[in-house]
Amino acid sequence: MAVLNEEQSMLRDAAKSWVQEKSPVTAFRKMRDSGVELGYDADAWNEMAEMGWAGVIIPEEYGGSDFGYLSMGLILEETGRTLTASPLLASGLAAASALVLGGSDAQKSEWLPKIAGGEVVGALAIDEGAHHAPEKVALKAEKSGSGYKLSGSKSFVLEGMAAGLLIVSARTSGKPGDTDGITLFLVAGDAKGVSRKRLHLADSRGAANITFDGVEVGADAVLGEVDKGYALLEKTLDRARAGLCAEMLGSAVQAFEVTLDYLKVRVQFGQVIGSFQALQHRAAKMFTDLELARSAVEAALQAIDADTPDVPELVSLAKAKMGDVFHLVSNEMVQMHGGIGMTDAHDAGFYMKRARAAEAAFGNQAYHRDRYARIQGY
Amino acid sequence: MADFGGSDLDAFRTEARDWIEANFPKSLKGKGSMMMREERSEPTPDMDAWRKAMGEKGWGVPTWPAQYGGGGLTPAHARIIQQELGRVGAYNPIGGMGVMMFGPTLLEFGTEAQKQQHIPPIVKGELQWCQGFSEPGAGSDLASLQTRAEDKGDHYIVNGQKIWTSGAQWAQWCFCLVRTDTTKKHEGISFVLFPMDVPGVEVRPIPLIAGNSPFCETFLTDVRVEKDQVVGPVNGGWTVAKRLLQHERSGLSGAGGGGGLGGRSLVKLAKDYVGADESGRLSDSDLRTRVIMNEIDGRAFQLTAMRAMVESKANSGPSAATSIMKNAGTRWMQDRAELTIELMGHQGLGWEGDDFTAEELGAVRSWLGGKATTIYGGSQEVQNNIISKRILGLPDPK
Repeated sequence: MAVLNEEQSMLRDAAKSWVQEKSPVTAFRKMRDSGVELGYDADAWNEMAEMGWAGVIIPEEYGGSDFGYLSMGLILEETGRTLTASPLLASGLAAASALVLGGSDAQKSEWLPKIAGGEVVGALAIDEGAHHAPEKVALKAEKSGSGYKLSGSKSFVLEGMAAGLLIVSARTSGKPGDTDGITLFLVAGDAKGVSRKRLHLADSRGAANITFDGVEVGADAVLGEVDKGYALLEKTLDRARAGLCAEMLGSAVQAFEVTLDYLKVRVQFGQVIGSFQALQHRAAKMFTDLELARSAVEAALQAIDADTPDVPELVSLAKAKMGDVFHLVSNEMVQMHGGIGMTDAHDAGFYMKRARAAEAAFGNQAYHRDRYARIQGY
Repeated sequence: MADFGGSDLDAFRTEARDWIEANFPKSLKGKGSMMMREERSEPTPDMDAWRKAMGEKGWGVPTWPAQYGGGGLTPAHARIIQQELGRVGAYNPIGGMGVMMFGPTLLEFGTEAQKQQHIPPIVKGELQWCQGFSEPGAGSDLASLQTRAEDKGDHYIVNGQKIWTSGAQWAQWCFCLVRTDTTKKHEGISFVLFPMDVPGVEVRPIPLIAGNSPFCETFLTDVRVEKDQVVGPVNGGWTVAKRLLQHERSGLSGAGGGGGLGGRSLVKLAKDYVGADESGRLSDSDLRTRVIMNEIDGRAFQLTAMRAMVESKANSGPSAATSIMKNAGTRWMQDRAELTIELMGHQGLGWEGDDFTAEELGAVRSWLGGKATTIYGGSQEVQNNIISKRILGLPDPK
């Protein structure tokens, strides 16, 4: 793991102990069994916000601590270990990034303190189909009076059920697939014409489809420039992807460690199964791949903090590698646990379901391999 | 630290620069990496002169003790020498197994007399050493070696066969593991030294799948080994050997082996041999995906090497990431070599002749030669055993 400064170490330790005490996997199980519409435990989220976690990348003047993305990644890695469901990624990282990167002073003053305090959950409403494709925007924003009227729909919006602020990509010119002609809008969750439908996905998080039926917004709802929103969207998405990678890293490491513990206690043929070389070498391969993935994830977060030009390629590197490794580790977790791993009473299934949902979010491995190559000209 | 104050690195840099300027023959500029790759050939007078100059100065092994001819310098001074050599296209002519593996081990475990005898010729680059470790029946399970050393009072008589003795056909001395007690495994091994020209030593080079190689078989028939040439205690050679293997592994970074592609990247080669569509993407989509995955693995490997370095420095101890480097690096290089010959098509299968470019012929030999990287220096499987047991704490089978 990266070399941390003092404040980062403290943040990581605080996150570690809170997650262990307040948010073990049993808390996630309880949330799932409760069927809560939000897809997370509101009390736990309040505690996270009170500790300042929702404001880690937000400047101090807007109520945050401005500790940066590696710091946010450390928290997400810890919450990822126990599959803690919360809007930290969607709101405190993704929506906050869009505002910090592209917001006017007025927009930042209005929304960032509320996001930092956890009073408002922000969410990105970007994709319109089952596959991540941020340029395929059909949702229309037409001039209407001094403002705009939004019509269309967004799918698989993370924390879409909780969102009090939606950051919506809309088409102001051109056609779906064009990167020109996309504009980002800030839309209040309770605006007239916004309706949402809970999506029940395998990972039990709070995803939603959201319909915009002639939603009227003012000109001051435009985030960044009209028609030129794609660059801002990409920068925002890269931050969200890197944060998601940190969460995936935590989940994958935990899945691996739980599996390793099991290999040391499960006895068959008169010995612990961890003494079998066939399993030892698969464990060694997972460890090797996890170390490689960690390097990629930390490099992406550090590049965002340093604002270097290689952020897009490092983020795609991280998402492609982390997706492959979480995929492998989650499958091996079930396989190496044998029958018990197939039961709902065991946590292995949670990790495997979460792996696939996280892989698909903001672009799967195929998407990011292709993007990595395109950035480098092949 | 004979002549220089610890903080006076700038003055040392000037001295190193002046000395290299005065002693490095200009005709050898930029020849260092070429000489590493090429088949062994007779040294030119300039090469001899440069080796002698560096040997006398002790700067080929700058951190070794001055009393045995080494530089007696700190690692910081050693880095400066390396930088100043690189600055003018010079190379370090003092190398080989004596420097990489045997010398550091002897400095730790040898008697004073052994050090006085063996270290100075290594420092001066006068003697080549070879490694008599592996045997036909003792590869990954090295400690099962059978070469016998019989105690004859004032000497031993050694009989057996060694294999993969790299450079044995050119070496003047051998460091060798022999069995001095047949009733124990690890505790019956001794670490001995003998000259390669004594009666009973027979060396046969082994042609490998990539063609000629430095590897040999070495047959030992009634070879006399003097008792003062045992390093460490009799039957205590395994400890000495383990330390030597650590030196060997730290020299075999996975990134070093199997390369030899010169300047062109895998992507550039793929574009030239397979072509790209109008948007610039490689036109074979299956190959493109595999090229991307290899590029991603290589980048993740390099990032891990950097992370391991930063972490080791900050925590003043090896990072856990270090244990994965050999397997991750060799896996990446082997995949890369396979992709290279695949994208060259039949041009990537040329063995010799002017129908093929030097790059194509090199790619074939690198592909084949690189297969050794997951076998030597602790095979891929042995590395996985080490990770399983030492890092992950998994138990031995019953």
